[in-house]
Amino acid sequence: MLDVLRERLKQKKRTSTYPGKPVQLPERFRGRPQVDLNLCTSFECSACEKVCPTGAITCQNHRPSIDLGKCLFCLECTQACPSKAISFSNDYRLATSERSDLVISADANYELKKAKALKKEMLRLYGRSLKLRQISAAGCNACEADTNVLGTLFFDLSRFGIQIVASPRHADGILVTGPVSKNMEVALRKTYEAVPGPRIVIATGACAISGGIFSGHEETNCGLDSIIPVDLYIPGCPPHPMTILDGLLRLLSQKTN
Amino acid sequence: MIFKTKLSQIQQLPLGALKNELVKNEKRLSALFFHPADRYLYVVCSDDEKGELSLFKTPIETHRYQSLTPSYPAAHMFEREILETHQIVPEDHPWPKPVRFIKDLIGDTNFYRIGGSESHEVAVGPVHAGVIEPGHFRFQCHGETVYHLEISLGYQYRGIETKLIGGPSLRTLHYMETLAGDTSIGHTWAYCKNVESLSNIVVGERETLLRAIMLELERLANHTGDMGALAGDVGYLPTLSYCGRIRGDYLNMSAFICGSRFGRGMLKPGGVAFDLSVDQIKELELRLDKVFRDTKGAINVLWHSNMVLNRLEGTGMITPKEARDLGFVGMVARASGLKLDIRKNFDHGNLYRDLPMALCDTGDVFARAQLRWLEMKNSYTFIKNALEKLKNTAPLETIKPGQLENDTLTVSLVEGWRGEICHVAITNSDGLFSTYKVIDPSFHNWTALALSLRNQEISDFPLCNKSFNLSYCGHDL
Repeated sequence: MLDVLRERLKQKKRTSTYPGKPVQLPERFRGRPQVDLNLCTSFECSACEKVCPTGAITCQNHRPSIDLGKCLFCLECTQACPSKAISFSNDYRLATSERSDLVISADANYELKKAKALKKEMLRLYGRSLKLRQISAAGCNACEADTNVLGTLFFDLSRFGIQIVASPRHADGILVTGPVSKNMEVALRKTYEAVPGPRIVIATGACAISGGIFSGHEETNCGLDSIIPVDLYIPGCPPHPMTILDGLLRLLSQKTN
Repeated sequence: MIFKTKLSQIQQLPLGALKNELVKNEKRLSALFFHPADRYLYVVCSDDEKGELSLFKTPIETHRYQSLTPSYPAAHMFEREILETHQIVPEDHPWPKPVRFIKDLIGDTNFYRIGGSESHEVAVGPVHAGVIEPGHFRFQCHGETVYHLEISLGYQYRGIETKLIGGPSLRTLHYMETLAGDTSIGHTWAYCKNVESLSNIVVGERETLLRAIMLELERLANHTGDMGALAGDVGYLPTLSYCGRIRGDYLNMSAFICGSRFGRGMLKPGGVAFDLSVDQIKELELRLDKVFRDTKGAINVLWHSNMVLNRLEGTGMITPKEARDLGFVGMVARASGLKLDIRKNFDHGNLYRDLPMALCDTGDVFARAQLRWLEMKNSYTFIKNALEKLKNTAPLETIKPGQLENDTLTVSLVEGWRGEICHVAITNSDGLFSTYKVIDPSFHNWTALALSLRNQEISDFPLCNKSFNLSYCGHDL
């Protein structure tokens, strides 16, 4: 017993001070991508579009736009760009309410339309207590792992009134990961229908938003919103736990950073 | 481990001789698959003592052949897979059921049942109670005792192997990173080795060290998470709480090196995408020491609790014979005393010369937990040594792979945190993949979970399950 107490003292309190203080993410973390218009020569180039594995980049009007819903945050475009015009910032706040808001244009003044709070009545119901059922529908276990980690002591999701629950009957909404394989479609629909309304639906990760790397596969769907309506899109492959947390807090109109 | 041969040089054996080779010489099966382009069964056998691979091919002329499984049970999943994917029937296979429900309606199969008015059946999944991938479990019970567990997967089937044919393409590397998202480094390294071997590239020492560091960080993160979860499943909260957090510390070290907590983007054929400066190496050393001190404390309190040990000991047994006969790999095999670790048995480059092989022999949940802890200590020492070596190696020199050799087969083995990852690539006359076969350790080991539950109480299922922590998507692909 004494060694348990001794260990408890040694391990100290490690819960994050977020949202009081901003979190420090690793220097090499790849957050919101950005295009430097002064460097981009897409008029004759479109090298980034050609190497993107998911077709997230389109060079329209001679300017690349990036669809965060498809982006894997890999290094292909940054390495292919001859003028090094594409880079990743450290900004992890990427969640949006609309699918179309995830498309980043190369306009210098462009700002990502971050997720909006729920409507008034929904906010009254769920603003201070939200129970979610997680459904992995062909997720590779990276999105799942970085969702699960929100429950650990560092993030301590329950201090925001948010909990992952073990039955759809106990839930106010679902958080879905993966492109929704055809083999999971029925189970997903049944779980969704088992959640009492009004329900919240959250698509987490590139796969759940657009099919991601599996888009175009006949064995999977191309994202969750082709099956059920989605309230919150959290991009990434996988999204950083802070990206997920930030999205959830914005949805509930709680303090973020 | 990498092995390369021209397709024409692979020894051809008739089916009977192949069976003899497997049974009499007690070969361990790393891969068995059908290659439709030339209608051969390809067989990859590992000799773990000698550190050698042997390859055979057997012509399949019709849509049927005599199953190997009755005399060589380790082939059972491979033969089911061949039946499902290519409709080639292994005659007299005792259990010819779908593996991934590629064509059949998911879950529509004749589950094994025990009769009698006092027995009952418990069905769990596909959607599970936690944040976990989907799969279906059927327990045949009498009271609290489980007599049989049948595991039916396929919910994660994404059709990756079909899409790998004709590659490498823009997507190939990213498919590798998501075959099993918690094993991104293991699978990507196996792929890189294949491409490098097929394009005759040798990567430098620094690249190899950085890859090996990432692989051991992946092992540390996953083992730490599992130790916490095992503690949670027996209701021992201190270790659960600390390990949940510490796992994140290891993931953050991967992100420190390459920006991704899962090592995405770090490995590419020909090298690695990120280097470490001397200052970064020092920073990483400091962090590793600090985090490992916490890990040690968090796990040692677990061993000091008699109640925890009582729950772990004797639960979920896998005997060495079962492990050998059914071809279990990795942690599961080593926890039952089998000396099976690709890093040691096939260490041709001497990268792992100073790494001891962790072994336990009781084959229960306790052994699988203790083995994890032994491996974590080894991984820590390995990373420390590798970081030290990194200070004196020549700078990175990433080479871009060119055209792949045609009509060639390569096998690459990597000891991922769960066990043996085996990738087999076959190129066609244009140097493109005509088959790219992936065998995740979970493909072998799911059967071990089913066996470990026999005669256990059903309440021990979560504990047994976590002691294996197998991949659903790595199995379903």
